[in-house]
Amino acid sequence: MAKVIFKRPDSLTDKQFHYCPGCTHGIIHRLVAEVIDEMGLQDDTVGVCPVGCSVFAYDYFNVDMFQASHGRAPAVATGIKRCLPERTVFTYQGDGDLASIGTAEIVHAAARSEKITTIFVNNAVYGMTGGQMAPTTLPGQKTTTSPRGREKELNGLPVRVSEMLATLDGAVYVARVSVHDPKHIVQAKKAIRKAFEIQKAGLGFALVEVLSTCPTNWGLSPKESIKWLAENMIPYYPLGVFKEPAEVK
Amino acid sequence: MATVTFREERCKGCELCISVCPEKIIVLAEHYNAMGFHPATVVEMDKCKACAICARMCPDVVIEVVKEEKQD
Repeated sequence: MAKVIFKRPDSLTDKQFHYCPGCTHGIIHRLVAEVIDEMGLQDDTVGVCPVGCSVFAYDYFNVDMFQASHGRAPAVATGIKRCLPERTVFTYQGDGDLASIGTAEIVHAAARSEKITTIFVNNAVYGMTGGQMAPTTLPGQKTTTSPRGREKELNGLPVRVSEMLATLDGAVYVARVSVHDPKHIVQAKKAIRKAFEIQKAGLGFALVEVLSTCPTNWGLSPKESIKWLAENMIPYYPLGVFKEPAEVK
Repeated sequence: MATVTFREERCKGCELCISVCPEKIIVLAEHYNAMGFHPATVVEMDKCKACAICARMCPDVVIEVVKEEKQD
């Protein structure tokens, strides 16, 4: 008897990802799809994609999908969830989308404790537009708009979105995970599953921040990017659960 | 006995599977695929333990792992 140990989840379409070689967006897509499959939510899930590299996520997730204006995914998700409260609604947003132009939307969606799940992919750079400095770019990190490295005096310091949102009473689950090695990928999946379970239990707003790589705009090979993430991003963006409701602990 | 299949035409040769394989049996093939990348492939399939760590690390979900279970 042949037993399938690993296959593509049903909640992903068969379309090939357009992401650059080694970009960990694909891993995060797969984790979200696996959680949707395992929870049996494929038929009642609505996803909202951002503007950015993952703008075409609606082609990849085999569930109902929306594509919001830049940064507005939490506002669109709010509308969907309030009209169709029995649906599972998630947003999938990058750091240029969520932490920059969409800051107002995410803060107020969390403050209102909208019963949605947000997957926040943080790769410390604007990817699709050509590697410009993002609010999450690390101090000293070189980008096309900070060629001498991000300077504290000129640009301030990066925003730690998870810590900021965890101060809001409305955000009931906030966690930061990473996908730079198989062990952390397993932990990331558990956190994503918890964020969906919290929505199904109707407890409130849940966000999972996933540290991700951008080999192309970091100017590194995929393997070097994984190492760079572990050595530079994790010290500034510590992994862990910042807030967790007692019901799901 | 395990079988690891790579959808060669979709592999972008990022080598992340190679970096995590505990048995070190994945290599990049000599030939190119239609996108111009050297696709990843397994050289000694009999050494594969079907741990599927490569598949979990693959950003393009090109790997499928099947294990042949022993007949009693």
